[in-house]
Amino acid sequence: MASETRDTVRGAQGGSSFSLSDPTVRAVFYQVLVVGIVVAVGWYLIHNTLDNLSRRSIATGFGFLEREASFGIGESLIDYSPRDTYGRAFLVGVLNTLKVSVIGIILATVLGTLVGVARLSSNWLIAKIASTYVEIVRNIPPLLQLFFWYAIVSDSMPPVRQALNPIPGVFLSQRGLFVPVPVADPVWGEMGFALALAVIVAIFVHRWAKTRQARTGLPFPTGLTTLGLVIVFPLIAYIAGGAPTALDVPQLAGFNFRGGSVISPEFFAILTGLTVYTAAFIAEVVRSGIIAVNWGQTEAARALGLNSGRTLRLVVLPQALRVIVPPLTSQYLNLTKNSSLALAIGYPDLVSIANTTLNQTGQAIEGVAMIMGTYLTISLGISIFMNWYNKRIALVER
Amino acid sequence: MKSGLFAAAAAALVFGAVTTAQAGPTLDAVKGRGFVQCGVNAGLPGFGNPDSAGNWTGLDVDYCRAVATALFNDPTKVKFTPLSAQQRFPAIQSGEVDLLSRNTTVTLTRDTSVGLNFAPVTYYDGQGFMVNKKLGVKSAKELNGATVCVQSGTTTELNLADYFRTNNMSYNPVVIESNDEVNAAFFAGRCDVLTTDASGLAGTRAGVAPNPDDYVILPEIISKEPLAPAVRHGDDQWFDIVKWVVYASIQAEESGINSKNVDEFVSTKNPEIQRLLGVSPGMGKALGLDEKWAYNVIKKVGNYGEIFDRNVGPKTPLKLERGLNALWTNGGLQYAMPVR
Repeated sequence: MASETRDTVRGAQGGSSFSLSDPTVRAVFYQVLVVGIVVAVGWYLIHNTLDNLSRRSIATGFGFLEREASFGIGESLIDYSPRDTYGRAFLVGVLNTLKVSVIGIILATVLGTLVGVARLSSNWLIAKIASTYVEIVRNIPPLLQLFFWYAIVSDSMPPVRQALNPIPGVFLSQRGLFVPVPVADPVWGEMGFALALAVIVAIFVHRWAKTRQARTGLPFPTGLTTLGLVIVFPLIAYIAGGAPTALDVPQLAGFNFRGGSVISPEFFAILTGLTVYTAAFIAEVVRSGIIAVNWGQTEAARALGLNSGRTLRLVVLPQALRVIVPPLTSQYLNLTKNSSLALAIGYPDLVSIANTTLNQTGQAIEGVAMIMGTYLTISLGISIFMNWYNKRIALVER
Repeated sequence: MKSGLFAAAAAALVFGAVTTAQAGPTLDAVKGRGFVQCGVNAGLPGFGNPDSAGNWTGLDVDYCRAVATALFNDPTKVKFTPLSAQQRFPAIQSGEVDLLSRNTTVTLTRDTSVGLNFAPVTYYDGQGFMVNKKLGVKSAKELNGATVCVQSGTTTELNLADYFRTNNMSYNPVVIESNDEVNAAFFAGRCDVLTTDASGLAGTRAGVAPNPDDYVILPEIISKEPLAPAVRHGDDQWFDIVKWVVYASIQAEESGINSKNVDEFVSTKNPEIQRLLGVSPGMGKALGLDEKWAYNVIKKVGNYGEIFDRNVGPKTPLKLERGLNALWTNGGLQYAMPVR
């Protein structure tokens, strides 16, 4: 790029006459031409669309976001009623998408890693079960899998009045899984604060242990200490706060259970479907990452006297992760984008709510633009984080 | 303006070249193409539904055929595009279909900012509720706390919210895009209540329910749902044609003309009927059609009453009475403007 600029400057200084046979002039000419065509086509499409919209007097703009939505939403992380605006309804959808994506990514990573390792197991049965799972699940379209999981809930679970009651207070039926939740109390906030404190202390302990090991060679059980800290600190806060035990237990009232918390069949289906589907791909990514690390590395680590746990943690995994992370990022992005299939089974994700909105207002272009913009933002966020992580674990040449 | 530009940029991506499709009036485009492109419901018995042989049937479908007959004297010159509730407006806005005849409720927003022009109402409907008999519910007022299955992207979704708000009741919506999946979820027991237009409930109970007698439609009708064919803004001639095809079918029933006896009326002395059937010319020319446009519609598709009885009437599985859809002379609302 730098040399090109220098060439251009030299060309501009040297040649006073305009000639296409001059390679520098030619390069600039064609670049200007291409940019000009792109701009002209873009302008033509925008102009034409605006012209067509106004000719058919179709409303444009984002003013509708301020208007009352007047439609209901089945589940929401924030308070919502049909009196709220389209803007808030959209926010509910974004949060629902984030909820299923974040939980789905965590679960798919855990399940995918287990299956990936299982496929490499020397145990014939475990390895075959893992390969069968991967081959079946990744070769069936995700939409069909969602219908499958949704049908499992609605067809195999009992009706709400004959709900299964495996543990006192917990009810399982076609309407979802109802569980008791603790009644709101200030102590829960204090416990969260204590947990944050424990994490900060753990970070300091970790740093201290690292420098001490570098100086003296003595290892310190950092993992166990961290575990102790994150359990003990909130526990102290809980006991100090009076150890409240009041529970909000779901009760069958009228048509449905009231109280407690619910995992809806729609959320269960979309979460399970996405997790199971994506985990199959992650399993293959993990397997390829582990195979990519030469067996000689393990032998060398053993020769140095590292036990098998440390060999995995300090030698194999850091090298495997370099292979795993870039394709893993793609799988995370796929999971997030596949969550838009939620509409088919009635989970109110952002596509579902934006679709309702654009249908009631007739402003399809704005609605689709908002959907695209939101997915782009979420996906770029995941990409930035994973690229940062990838850089952090990259091989440092010394 | 900035947001307008952003929207337009998105439009360029979404609609692509479609935005340039509107060169001339719709009538010329349709005549040049040789068939009408009509957006219909993909699976609503009685209104838009393919039968077991794959032929489209239904009241909305027959109005597509009526428009095609007025243009080409051939009810088969139609290409049907099945549309979901959410696909229908972009499809008519972008020019993918010429005519939207898909149990669409006339509302102010749709008439204005969605950019539609509505032809006369072909079916006066209203939203109702269906529940399982076992619940013992007798009135919609008893539905507080119920889980309700509803299709997304419909006026139904809004009326539902309004009704429960007005009556200070709470509900839990399960909103699904496809009509089939909504019905499946309801009959599997996911919801206590299924809500849609009363005609749709009747069709679903007759055609989809595992045992129709297990389900009861509650007496409350909570909304006005006048269903009408629609065209897009900006082509008055095409709008006029669709409008007067509907009026002609209603006027024919009022004058006692049907597909079987229409030929007897050609020799009539009644000037009103002479104008309608093109015996005394002028009406067809005014619309830009053949003078026998209405004669052809009545002969090949039938009058309003025939279309109604064939698709949704008492002898069909839907078993719907005329009710509000009776002629004004019989105490209903169907009233054709004078053809003169």
